[in-house]
Amino acid sequence: MKHLLWAGALSLFTTPLLAQNPDPADWSSVTEAAKGQTVYWNAWGGSTTTNAFLDWVGSRVSEDYGVTLEHVKLTDTADAVSRVIAEKSAGKDDDGAVDMIWINGANFANMKEAGLLFGPFAESLPNWSVVDVDGKTVQTDFTVPTDGYESPWAMAQVVMMYDSARVSPQPSIAALGAWAAENPGRFTFPQPPDFLGSTFLKQALIDLSADMDALQAPAGDNYEDVTAPLWAFLDDLTPNLWRAGRAYPATGPQQLQLITDGEVDYAVSFSPGEASAAIANFQLPDTARTFVFDKGTLGNASFVAIPYNSGSKEGAMVVANFLMSPEAQARAQDPNVLGYGTVLDMAKLTAPERAAFDALELGVATLTPAELGTALPEPHPSWMTRISEDWSARYGVLAK
Amino acid sequence: MYPLRWMPRLTLLAMLGPVVAGLLGALAPAFGWMPAIGAQRLGFQAFESVLNWPGFATATRLSLTTGLLSTGISLGIVALIVAGWNGTRAFEALRRLLSPLLSIPHAAAAFGLAFLIMPSGWILRLLSPWATGFERPPDWLVVQDPWGLALVAGLVVKEVPFLLLMTLAALPQTQESKARAVSAALGYSKIRGWLITVFPQIYDQIRLPVYVVLAYAMTVVDVALILGPTTPSTLSVQILKWIGQPDLSFRLWAAAGGIIQLLLVIGALGVWRLGEIALGRWARRQVVQGHRGRFDKTLQVAGLTLGAFIAGAVLFGLLSLALWSVAGLWRFPDLLPDALTWRTWQRHGGNLTELFARTSFIAGTSAALALALSLACLEAEARFGMKNATRTLWLLYVPLLVPQTVFLPGLQTGMIAAGVVGGTGAVILAHLVFVLPYVFLSLSDPFRALDPRYAVIAQALGKGENAVFWRLRVPLLLTPILTAFAVGFAVSVGQYLATLLPGAGRVSTLTTEALALASGGDRRAIGAFGLMQTFAPIVPFVFAVFVPRLIYRNRRGLLNG
Repeated sequence: MKHLLWAGALSLFTTPLLAQNPDPADWSSVTEAAKGQTVYWNAWGGSTTTNAFLDWVGSRVSEDYGVTLEHVKLTDTADAVSRVIAEKSAGKDDDGAVDMIWINGANFANMKEAGLLFGPFAESLPNWSVVDVDGKTVQTDFTVPTDGYESPWAMAQVVMMYDSARVSPQPSIAALGAWAAENPGRFTFPQPPDFLGSTFLKQALIDLSADMDALQAPAGDNYEDVTAPLWAFLDDLTPNLWRAGRAYPATGPQQLQLITDGEVDYAVSFSPGEASAAIANFQLPDTARTFVFDKGTLGNASFVAIPYNSGSKEGAMVVANFLMSPEAQARAQDPNVLGYGTVLDMAKLTAPERAAFDALELGVATLTPAELGTALPEPHPSWMTRISEDWSARYGVLAK
Repeated sequence: MYPLRWMPRLTLLAMLGPVVAGLLGALAPAFGWMPAIGAQRLGFQAFESVLNWPGFATATRLSLTTGLLSTGISLGIVALIVAGWNGTRAFEALRRLLSPLLSIPHAAAAFGLAFLIMPSGWILRLLSPWATGFERPPDWLVVQDPWGLALVAGLVVKEVPFLLLMTLAALPQTQESKARAVSAALGYSKIRGWLITVFPQIYDQIRLPVYVVLAYAMTVVDVALILGPTTPSTLSVQILKWIGQPDLSFRLWAAAGGIIQLLLVIGALGVWRLGEIALGRWARRQVVQGHRGRFDKTLQVAGLTLGAFIAGAVLFGLLSLALWSVAGLWRFPDLLPDALTWRTWQRHGGNLTELFARTSFIAGTSAALALALSLACLEAEARFGMKNATRTLWLLYVPLLVPQTVFLPGLQTGMIAAGVVGGTGAVILAHLVFVLPYVFLSLSDPFRALDPRYAVIAQALGKGENAVFWRLRVPLLLTPILTAFAVGFAVSVGQYLATLLPGAGRVSTLTTEALALASGGDRRAIGAFGLMQTFAPIVPFVFAVFVPRLIYRNRRGLLNG
């Protein structure tokens, strides 16, 4: 009994400490506390168009909420993860350097599991009410439940880019492989474990394999059987790749230059609007177009998450909420800006809000939602991890 | 001057703290200790994993061969150029072309070189399709070749200017013109005579810079990312990839790989030292045989050609950066873009100005601090004859020998624990760790080689220690001092990991932004940032070249011994 009393008394003292964490449901006190905060958003800085969009978000949240947004430009999302780990190991549990991370997939799964994230918050944000919860995969991230620990802000789907002046679309991965056999040296993909390269491998696996359900559970004993068709395909494809598979582009955007120079004819992209934006930017010729495979292509959502030790959690939530606003979403979907898919449900919007989306021109190389079709779900992150490891062992290290 | 006596120890302490913290921070995870990710089992598992990684042998061999090859080739070219041409007008022209290249950040030079030599690069554009018949770039493995030759080339074009400047700074301390006269009178060819008489004196002074070049070449990340092979990459790039793995347990691999990389560097330095000794013995036997030297003209022409080629590669590389930064659509095999546009500069303009100012502030402060500390240490050494205290200053070079990929994550953890992270001050402190050795390296040999009889004479004329320092040593050493500042400035501008980690990513400079953009492969943005990165450190170098000429315009002897 005595112990219980002590525990009760102790909890009286500890509760105020825990209460430092803001309550997202109490939105007015969140916006109040956010005023004057500086949010360091750690996001990949390799894309000029994305950087410009983040700049714009910064100016808008500063106007409306008095939140200062600083874009920390990463070469790799894992840099931000390392930083949070370094802070945790040094015992810096408050006012950490990272306030918000553009994240998904394995990085999210790892941070969530290691207890490095603040939340749940996402589903308490005011704009969550207009998010398309049923039609878009915004509550699972590579099959891992988000549980409100990250909030979605863009939808992505795999498309293949090509120069219509030189080649035409391919109906399937197998057809692409056959084309590469006739045109050696004219196709490549970013080197796994780059996320886009790994995505291409997953896309190939899904296109080649008969059993897609197996991919929704963690990879286990069935790994060899399920991935066998992929390795058979890659054994044939690799010698026909650009540089005979002895060198690869490091990242997705590097493929744009290869197409423009005429070094390769097809390139994988995770953003249906990327090609149109790149044409406007002189990074692709105006004959560039996109297509999807007949069986459909992978899709997923981009999220933002808040580290457990951020000192500006309120400000970060304000930014996360703004990212889901119809204004920000319409701007992100504009191919002249970003060309990202929206996470919102058009039916939940008011007529003027919807009009902003209807007014958007898709862009010359962007497929309509109908042409894109329904996105295929991402496999469990364990598949991506094992496949890209295996790829590196098989093709990433030339035996010499 | 009591405080001065303590300067070497103080400097050492200030520099050793971060180094020790960084190393401990790297050792623990290498042996399986990283509680933040739940790793608490001590042992050699991480080392075993790295050794069993299929690419280990190739990656290790690549680090070794690219490091040794690029250092050897760079040193050879510098020796040929100086031996064959020093004192001629051709040499002055080449020196004027090469010296500014020193300030160009490695990444910018590497991009420029890549833009030239790759199959869709400028050289083939120039020849296509009229001479080659290529309507599309050929599928040639020129850049990122599995042997690392492009990487070696990229390192050589940057290390030749560095070693040349180090050589020129050391040259006044040798009696070159007399040695040349004597060897020529004895019938030795120009190059052989110089190699026998002057080179040993030079090498004695530039030995440390050469070691630094070797360690740097073996552990470089940015140039290797741009020009180096990827199947597999060099060990240092692979370590960075492990750090970047979403699966956090690879952090242990990275730490273990870093320790192996460190041992590899130590081993390579040992091999180089043995090479020095062997070469020295062989050369002594050669000298006794009395050959006067053959192929003198051929070697002279080769040296000048190689030097001119390097200067040309970097300068045309920079020109292509400039052109890309204003290019509209630019397809192969067009020699020039379809249209020119300021859009890239408009888009990045405001950001670039801000970054330029911040980069210069950080670089200027850390270089000035490093210069003050180095001068204080060397002056203390000269006044008090503190041979033992200063010998331990060798430890200053530890940050240059420990691979950045192993040292900096550990330093980051240490800095967070000490509460100094996330500000410009932390970045300046971290830069100082890397800037100070370069400044000290480029200053100490000329300083120590200064003839001590000057000071004796001054003291005999009744001047105090301070007067000797301010009125003799500083004016005599003006060129090395300004050069050391400029080197430190350029080193600071080029720092990537040392900015990213202590600044917690919140302090961005031209280099962090350029590399973030580089991962996207947007040649226009790379062009703009590469140019600004190049421009930032040029000013101090211009000073280093022209200020002594201005001040000593009627004291020729002070310009060149």
